[in-house]
Amino acid sequence: MSQTNSRMEKQTMRKRVFLTEKKKEAVSAYIYISPFFILFAIFGLFPILFSFYLGFQKWNGLGSMEFAGFQNFKWILTDPIFWTSLTNTLIMWVLGTIPQLIIGIILAYALNSALIKMKSFFRVSVFMPYVTSTVAVAIVFGVMFNSQEFGLFNVIFSWFGIDAVSWSTSWWGVKIAISTMVFWRWVGYNTIIYLAGLQAIPHELYEAAQIDGATVRQKIQYITVPMLRPIIILTVFTSTIGALQLFTEPLIFIGRTYREEGITVVLYLYREAFANLSFGPASAAAIILFVIIIILSSINVWIANRLGR
Amino acid sequence: MSEISQTKKNSVSKLFLYTLLTIAAFLSIFPFYWMFVMATNDNSAINSLPPAYIPGSELVTNFTNVINTIDFFGALGNSLIVSTITTTGVLFFCSLAGFAFAKFYFKGKNFFFIAILVTMMIPPQLGLIPQYYIITQLDWLNDLKAIIVPGLIDAFGIFWMRQYISSNVPDELVDAAKIDGCSNFRVYWNIAVPVIIPAFATLAIIKFMYIWNDFLWPLVVLREESSFTIQVALRGLIDNYVRDNGMILSGTFWATVPLIVVFLLLNRLFIQSLTEGAVKS
Repeated sequence: MSQTNSRMEKQTMRKRVFLTEKKKEAVSAYIYISPFFILFAIFGLFPILFSFYLGFQKWNGLGSMEFAGFQNFKWILTDPIFWTSLTNTLIMWVLGTIPQLIIGIILAYALNSALIKMKSFFRVSVFMPYVTSTVAVAIVFGVMFNSQEFGLFNVIFSWFGIDAVSWSTSWWGVKIAISTMVFWRWVGYNTIIYLAGLQAIPHELYEAAQIDGATVRQKIQYITVPMLRPIIILTVFTSTIGALQLFTEPLIFIGRTYREEGITVVLYLYREAFANLSFGPASAAAIILFVIIIILSSINVWIANRLGR
Repeated sequence: MSEISQTKKNSVSKLFLYTLLTIAAFLSIFPFYWMFVMATNDNSAINSLPPAYIPGSELVTNFTNVINTIDFFGALGNSLIVSTITTTGVLFFCSLAGFAFAKFYFKGKNFFFIAILVTMMIPPQLGLIPQYYIITQLDWLNDLKAIIVPGLIDAFGIFWMRQYISSNVPDELVDAAKIDGCSNFRVYWNIAVPVIIPAFATLAIIKFMYIWNDFLWPLVVLREESSFTIQVALRGLIDNYVRDNGMILSGTFWATVPLIVVFLLLNRLFIQSLTEGAVKS
C-alpha cells in the first residue's frame, strides 16, 4: 500500500518536473530563435514596410517627407529610361539564362557519361568561374570586351574578317557582353546541379530504353528531361530571379555613366536613390521590381509545370 | 549489330564528349590565365596588335601600382574580417535556432518556421533604401558592422540546420542528456554541435563566399576607403581616368587567387556544399 503511494507520488513529481521542464524548453526555444526575428524586424521587415510607405512620399533622405500619392509611380512608369531598363533586363535575362541552361544540361550529360575519365578535373574546371566574384568577372570580361581593335573579342573577330565591335556603347554589344559574363560565371554551377539530378535517375530506365532500341536523342527527350524536371524548374527559377537583380556586371561594365544601352532595373533603382537622391521614386521602382519578380516567377513555375507534362 | 560497330560508335561518341568537355574546361580556365597574362604585362603590350598572350615581366610593377592606387591589403583584411565574423555568427545563431526547431516543443513552432521560409522569397533590393537609412541613423556608415549585423540574418541557414539536426541528432540522445541534468544549452553544445560539423562546413562555405563576393550592399554603406571590402576596392581600380589594364587585372587577379586556392584545395567539399545547398532549398 505504502509502496503504491510512494510510487504515485514519484509519478506526480516526475510529471511536475516534466511540466516545468517543458516550459523551460519552450523558453529556451524562444530565446534561440529570437536573434533571427529581432534582426529581421530591424533590417528586414521594417525596411520593407518603410519602402512601401516611401513609395508614396517625396523625400531626398535628409529633409522632411511630403505625401506624394501615386506621383512616384506615375513618374517612374512614364520615364522612358525605366522602360529601357526593364527591356534591357528582360533581354539579358533571355540571353544569359537560356543558353546557360541548355549548355548546362548538355555538359552535365557529357560529364555523366560512363565513357569519360578525369571527371573531377572537368568538374573542378567548369565550377571554378562560380567561385570568382562577380566584380572580378565583370572587370576581366570588361577588358576582354574592350571596344578597341586590341580587345580580345575584337581580335578573335578579326581572324574571321569581322570588323571591331564597340561593345561598351552599342545596343546589342553591351547586352551580349553582360550576358556573356553571367553565362560564364553560372554555366558550370548549373552543370553540376544538373549532374546531381542526372545521377539520381535510375540506370535501369536507360538500359530498358537501350533494349527497346532508343536513340540518344530519344533517351534525352523521354527519360532525361522528364526526370530532370524538378531541377530544371529550380534552375530556371533561380536564374530568373538572379537575372532580374542584375546589377554588378552592368555597373562595372558601363561605369558611372549608367548608359541606356546597359542600364538594368536594379541599376536604375540604385541611380535614382544614391546618385539622384530621389528616394521616393527609387522606392516606387523597388516595389515595381518586386511585383515583376512575383509575376515572372509565377509564370515561370506555371510554364515549367505545363511543359513537363 | 556487330560488336565492332558498337565499339566504333563508342569511340566516336567518346571523342565527341571529350572534345566538348575540353572546350568547356578551356573556356572556364582561360580567363584566369588571361588575367595572369595581363597582370604581368605593361599597358602598351596589352593595348597593341596583336595583344600580349604570354606572361610578361611586369608582375611586380603592376602590383606596386595596385598598392599605390587602392589600399589592397587593407581591403583584403576588411573582407576577411567581415566574412569570418559573419560566417561564425551565422553558424552559431542558425544552428541554435535550427536546434530549437528540430528538437524542442513550443507554441507557434510551425508558424515561426514558415515565417522564416517566407522571408527567403523577398528580393533583397526591396528594402534597400530604408536599410541604408537605418544604417545612417545607427551611425554605422563606413563601419564594418553595417555588413556584419544584417548579414547575420540567414533564413536558409536556419532551414538547413533544422533539416540536418532533425535527421542526424537522435532524440534519445537529447532526452538522455536532459535526464542527466544537462541544461538546454549544454544539450545543444555537447550533443548537437559535435554531430553537425558537416552541416557547419557546408553552411560556412556558402555564407563565406556570399559575404566575400557581395557587392551592392557594401557599395551602398561603405563610402570611405578605409572601410572598403576587396570587391568595393577593386571598383576603385577601374574608376581612374587613365585605364591601366595591367594594373587593373593585377589587382583583380590577386584578389581572386585566395578564394580559388582554397577552392582547389577543398574542391569536393566546395562543389558539394554550394550545389547541395541550392537543391535542398
